[in-house]
Amino acid sequence: MLKAAIFKKLPNFAVEAELAIDQGILVLFGPSGSGKTTILNCLAGLQKPTSGQISLGDRLFFDSARNVNIPARLRRIGYVFQDYALFPHMTVKNNTLYGMPSSAMLAKKNAGNANALAEILAMLRISHLRDRYPAQLSGGEKQRVALARALMMEPDLLLLDEPLSALDADTRCALQQELKKIQRIRNIPFVLVTHSKKELDALADTVVFLNNGKVATPAAQKIPLGWATGQWA
Amino acid sequence: MITPIVLSLKVALIAAGVDAVLGTLLARTMARRDFSGKNLIESCIMLPMVLPPTVLGYGLLMLLGKRGPLGRLLQEILGVQIVFTWWAAIIAAAVVSFPLMYQSAKAAFCSVDVSLEQAARTLGSGEARVFMRITLPLAYPGLLAGVVLSLARALGEFGATLMIAGNIPGKTQTIPLAIYFAVETGDNLLARNLVLVITAMAVGALFWLNSWSRKKLQTLQKGGDARA
Repeated sequence: MLKAAIFKKLPNFAVEAELAIDQGILVLFGPSGSGKTTILNCLAGLQKPTSGQISLGDRLFFDSARNVNIPARLRRIGYVFQDYALFPHMTVKNNTLYGMPSSAMLAKKNAGNANALAEILAMLRISHLRDRYPAQLSGGEKQRVALARALMMEPDLLLLDEPLSALDADTRCALQQELKKIQRIRNIPFVLVTHSKKELDALADTVVFLNNGKVATPAAQKIPLGWATGQWA
Repeated sequence: MITPIVLSLKVALIAAGVDAVLGTLLARTMARRDFSGKNLIESCIMLPMVLPPTVLGYGLLMLLGKRGPLGRLLQEILGVQIVFTWWAAIIAAAVVSFPLMYQSAKAAFCSVDVSLEQAARTLGSGEARVFMRITLPLAYPGLLAGVVLSLARALGEFGATLMIAGNIPGKTQTIPLAIYFAVETGDNLLARNLVLVITAMAVGALFWLNSWSRKKLQTLQKGGDARA
């Protein structure tokens, strides 16, 4: 169960949102510049909220009142960045394994890693790309590698920042299905940021509408009432 | 003729090595931070590039000389004298070439996409691992360019060296000093040979740097820039 109450002052406006999700995909929906990425960064520990509280299950990540702020590296939160942020000097294989401990002492564990790697690459259908560099990949392939890298560390929560916006329609459609499938397989909550109503329709189990950093009602976003059937409360 | 060449190489290599370490650390610290007074500090760091070497030599003499604050401290505590030794030549070369290293290193670090470092942090890396596995490998072409440029500059240092290290053959007489004093004493043959040697060294270093960075650029373009 992810619970977050985030208040973050930015130079031009303030982001204020409360999120809660147990399972499934929570979609943060709003126009560009409404503070969606800021919220993801706060969840991941890359930005520090001005005040609030973030917890996942029984682990407390951030609490301004008790001065708790667990650094990003200890949160075990997978993050798929908007521009993928693949390491350009590493192959697909090494990108995917980056989050794994890899010293010689862990050789035994590495055997397990190799299996997990093969499994994840197969699931995302990128096994044939394992020795390529990111510069040699298409947008959709990069997105799959970014997903593989984030899933490899077996996160307790996965954050996705506009994961499909840079892809062509066909790839987007295919990846949408896969995201949904992966979420069901992994059984961890996803928080996904988008400004596309189509993606909202296709992916959301829960939705939070954002406008100017504030949680808004769907009416304020001009969402047609036909959208979903009152799953958001 | 061999002595000044060997001495020059030793002095320039050590000076460039010191610059490489200090310049990398300082540039890394400055590249990702913004604070009041940063501009002033960076101006001071770049100063050796625009001031006449004689001004630097004078400043170093005031600082490290027998009655200078640092010079007296070293004399009293360690019993060593810096000025007019080859250590002084190293210090002069390192100070004069430092801005070239710093500037290259800072540009290199700024060119590394912050989101790559962020991604590494979410994948469980501490700051040291982020630096060694992500930042350093990606900034390394720019860092290497800085090392070569500062090495070439250190090799050619004359003014500040003359002022704090003097012209002691076999101890502080580097190639540029040897050329000057060879001409002074009318030994044109020696001067000409040394000029050829130091020119060849400088051209060699710059030629290598140019062809290397062009190759680097070509490999990047072949695959298309990964982050574009």
